[in-house]
Amino acid sequence: MSETIVVLISLMIIGALVAIETPRLLYSIISVGAVGFLLSIVFLFLSAPDLAITQMAVEVITLVLLLQCTGGLASEQVSDQGSLFSRAATGTILLVLALFGASMLADFPEFGRPVIDRFADTPSGIYLREGLQQTGAANIVTAVLLDFRAYDTLGEATVLFCAVMGALSVLRRQGRRQSEGSDQEGEEVT
Amino acid sequence: MIYALCFILILIGLYGVLTRRNTVKIIISLLVIEYGVHLFLVLQGYRRDGVPPIIEPGGEEALWLQRSVDPLPQALVLTSIVIGLGVLALMVALSIRLYERFGTFDIREMRKLRG
Amino acid sequence: MNVPRPSEGMSLIVRTVCGWVKGFILLYGIYIILYGHLTPGGGFSGGVIAAAAFVLILLAEGARSAEATFSRQAAASGDCLGVLAFLALALLGLLLAGTFFANFWTTDPAARFTLLSSGMIPFCNMGIGLKVCCSLYLVAVVLSGIRQLRFPQDTKGEPR
Repeated sequence: MSETIVVLISLMIIGALVAIETPRLLYSIISVGAVGFLLSIVFLFLSAPDLAITQMAVEVITLVLLLQCTGGLASEQVSDQGSLFSRAATGTILLVLALFGASMLADFPEFGRPVIDRFADTPSGIYLREGLQQTGAANIVTAVLLDFRAYDTLGEATVLFCAVMGALSVLRRQGRRQSEGSDQEGEEVT
Repeated sequence: MIYALCFILILIGLYGVLTRRNTVKIIISLLVIEYGVHLFLVLQGYRRDGVPPIIEPGGEEALWLQRSVDPLPQALVLTSIVIGLGVLALMVALSIRLYERFGTFDIREMRKLRG
Repeated sequence: MNVPRPSEGMSLIVRTVCGWVKGFILLYGIYIILYGHLTPGGGFSGGVIAAAAFVLILLAEGARSAEATFSRQAAASGDCLGVLAFLALALLGLLLAGTFFANFWTTDPAARFTLLSSGMIPFCNMGIGLKVCCSLYLVAVVLSGIRQLRFPQDTKGEPR
């Protein structure tokens, strides 16, 4: 079980490296799609079916958005040669973070023993024990999301609303200026 | 071991953000960081030989309680995935606007053209 | 690299298969939303799947056909309506049970594992699903319109 997850995460790392290193944008977008679908499979192995379904659907929309962004220019190439100083700075930052992570690694809890096993009265344990009685929802993730921690979901809805509104307003001004006089309909979406 | 791989994934994304010059490549690197963080949070809640936190109608509830994985990280990551999609839409919109303005995805060219 | 334009739509084969499949995808999304409290799923995943059905129409049949199916104005109103429904349920909890987001509908233990077994959770799921579906479809349709303006031919745009 654990070996399967290690193999899948290694494949994700390879996919991420290909996505970042390849010079062509189309290959890059397809590689990042592969990383996302592998993540969905990893979620399935980590017994999180809700997340697997969501990640799978979100990945499709992500690919569509990225391909729409690049349009017909998916084969455009941009050279990534940085100056010596910027490369040295990048290397230093990454090295420091890697050392930091390596020193933290010893303090992480053992894989496979969540916090509900180590402490008696955690919120997660209470949700698991009393979720069905208090909310009537058999899916405890939904019970947490919409009953115990509904404020979280409200904040999420707000953030999504603001992000979509921001995207629409960024695109709208330009659309209106260009569609002056043409039969393109005005985009009064908000 | 698994945490180390997860951390490597996040570092790869960070490397991409720091070194790439193409706005679409930067968006892709941010996506990789996002995947790494989601994976890390869900790994925190995993229990060995765990079952999903969903009660089945005829199931043994006490047995399920001993084997179920932690639902809290899953709920938080579920919101985070959808927020990530919204933020991706915002980044794509900004990238399109920059392309419109400067005719390129290269951030160095944009700096030059700014004058 | 000939990426087909969404404004024109794709070939006849893609259109035909899209016509068969789109209803089932939408139905699957609605099922995931409605049964989110009993099986894996919920408002978020179901909303994204339902949005994927409309994005499929957008890609296969073109922006004009997609807007005839589900107009921008309808998507924008659905977006706002979803959030407002969620907030209204929260306020109903405040009015009827005294706490914001209280689950005011008393649950009957005998009716467990049925569709209406968990108070307001299915209704919250519907609000969230409507919101997610409409906002993602809205972004995709606006982006496709912009691309149509930006790339009339496959030339690189001059800096304006």
